[in-house]
Amino acid sequence: MSATMERTTDRRAPSSTGARIQLALVDGIIVARRNLVTLTRVPTVFIFELVQPIMFVLLFRYIYANQFSQLPPGVKYVQFLMPGIFVQNALFGSTSTAIGFADDLKAGIIDRFRSLPMARSAVLAGRTTSDLTKNFLLLMIVILIGYLVGFRFQNGVLNAVGLIVLVLAVGFTFSWISACIGLALKKVEAVQAASFTWIFPVVFVSSAFVPVAGMAKFLQVVARNNPVTIWCNMARYLSNGVAGITDFQTGIPVDTFEGLAIKSVLWIAGLLIVFVPLAIRLYRKLT
Amino acid sequence: MTRLMGDPIIRTEALVKSFGAVEALKGVDLEVEKGAVYGLLGPNGAGKTTAVRILTTLLQPTSGRAEVDGLDSVRDAEELRFRIGLAGQSAAVDENLTGLENLELVGRLYHLPKEEARRRSIEVLERFDLADAAGRAAKTYSGGMRRRLDLAASLVGRPDVLFLDEPTTGLDPRSRIDVWDFIRELQNEGTTLLLTTQYLEEADLLADKIGVMDVGTIIAEGTSDELKDRIGGEVLELHVEDRADVARVLETMQGIGAGEPTADHDERRVRIPVGNNGPAILLDSVRRLDEAHIRLIDIALHRPTLDDVFLSLTGRGAEHDADPDAAPAGRSKRRRDRRRKDDG
Repeated sequence: MSATMERTTDRRAPSSTGARIQLALVDGIIVARRNLVTLTRVPTVFIFELVQPIMFVLLFRYIYANQFSQLPPGVKYVQFLMPGIFVQNALFGSTSTAIGFADDLKAGIIDRFRSLPMARSAVLAGRTTSDLTKNFLLLMIVILIGYLVGFRFQNGVLNAVGLIVLVLAVGFTFSWISACIGLALKKVEAVQAASFTWIFPVVFVSSAFVPVAGMAKFLQVVARNNPVTIWCNMARYLSNGVAGITDFQTGIPVDTFEGLAIKSVLWIAGLLIVFVPLAIRLYRKLT
Repeated sequence: MTRLMGDPIIRTEALVKSFGAVEALKGVDLEVEKGAVYGLLGPNGAGKTTAVRILTTLLQPTSGRAEVDGLDSVRDAEELRFRIGLAGQSAAVDENLTGLENLELVGRLYHLPKEEARRRSIEVLERFDLADAAGRAAKTYSGGMRRRLDLAASLVGRPDVLFLDEPTTGLDPRSRIDVWDFIRELQNEGTTLLLTTQYLEEADLLADKIGVMDVGTIIAEGTSDELKDRIGGEVLELHVEDRADVARVLETMQGIGAGEPTADHDERRVRIPVGNNGPAILLDSVRRLDEAHIRLIDIALHRPTLDDVFLSLTGRGAEHDADPDAAPAGRSKRRRDRRRKDDG
């Protein structure tokens, strides 16, 4: 009854907090890498995720080209549209987090992870991090498409980088909301249906594609307070300068740079404070 | 209960698990000795998987406790996960990764250094005859290969205790025999195994000790022989041509055996425990049936199978009895032939 395989695994859970954090980080990176490898093995998923933003850019860019009189003075529609598309894309892209969890749950991979002595936070952090990486690639391609249809960053390199950071932060935040949806609903079909039923109104009742001033009065109230509008305005400031958020009637900016920055960060922080613990709780409570 | 190989390494006490109004486990007490193979046998919905999921820390019990190697499944969950491996329907492999990548991933998550994870992965792949397929995505694997990879993944951490949740469900007969061989090998190396199965034959072949589970409780426990002894010696099984004859057989055979006959009307079979008096009772029953003009397809004496045990314990067959796959060895030739055909 002697074991032929020596048992050399370090079979102790780390005891110090520092060691635990280090292991959680390492585990998170391992899971994120696995997710990204999966993405390269099934490139069709990424390609289909690309089709949607290309479609949106082309449809909005050329259909609504000269439809709006409420645009900021001197700003072409393509300059108004693209920052909105970037933000919209971050929200749409986050649905892959929920689908990733639903897929892994269905295949039993989450069970495999949960039976291993790895950090429990690593599965969540790994997924949101790999989706962040994927969203970065997607954003780069969408910016390129923007350049092909006439969009230009007009406010310097630093602000362009700021826009990229903002859009990625928004995408990361919605990945955690999406994680909650995936872990709560568990089924791919249910997740897909549920994700778009809330994302569509949230994105469309905002300044993402069209100026708020042209909407029905009661919707304007909702749209102006929608965080998506705040992020889109922030993105417009970063890409077009103050002209990007100037009101077409009064000729004055709808907000200051600082005001937009603070509101953008507060919304992101607030949503993370609610949804990160909720996602962790849902993961712990999985059956 | 006889002690098999030493101290219990798996232990549950009054384990209860409810899902809403449904009580999946209704107080399970279980002890598995170190180095033993314990078979948890029962039909679908008996609670086997729930018990495994609690022991492997995937589920928290509603009440009661579960321990592996003295570690509590709730309080010491993290430490416990270092000692166990899990394979079968509860855990799976990533089909987009190659066989090697799957195992390396598991090894890394056991906190093995990169080189060690790779070394062990290659070793385990070779052992499971998957070395040639190591560089292929798991989605190109056959069902049997996938199950082997799944088993391999559960061994990368070199666990003391291995949980196999229905390790052969859905496998073709050839792959099933392969899995059985691996299980025997692991047992010889001193790994403690808890396996769940719906296949009576499987528990009979592999397990040192069998717990028969039904609707959330263990209704009987013992070695295969102990369980068979419970229903007393041999069984006379009759298979009639006409469904209506089943009742007539029961009437004709009144008082002939050592225990109450049981009947399966759909299968048109009657089973009679005959103790150690098989041949005499066989002759007597042939005479009686002839006088009653009952036409038989088959009549045979056999050592009781776990099917018979389940029948005598619950008054009904294991749910899976209708599945030809579950037919234990030693049935009539006709039945075996049908099984082969269905498997092919």
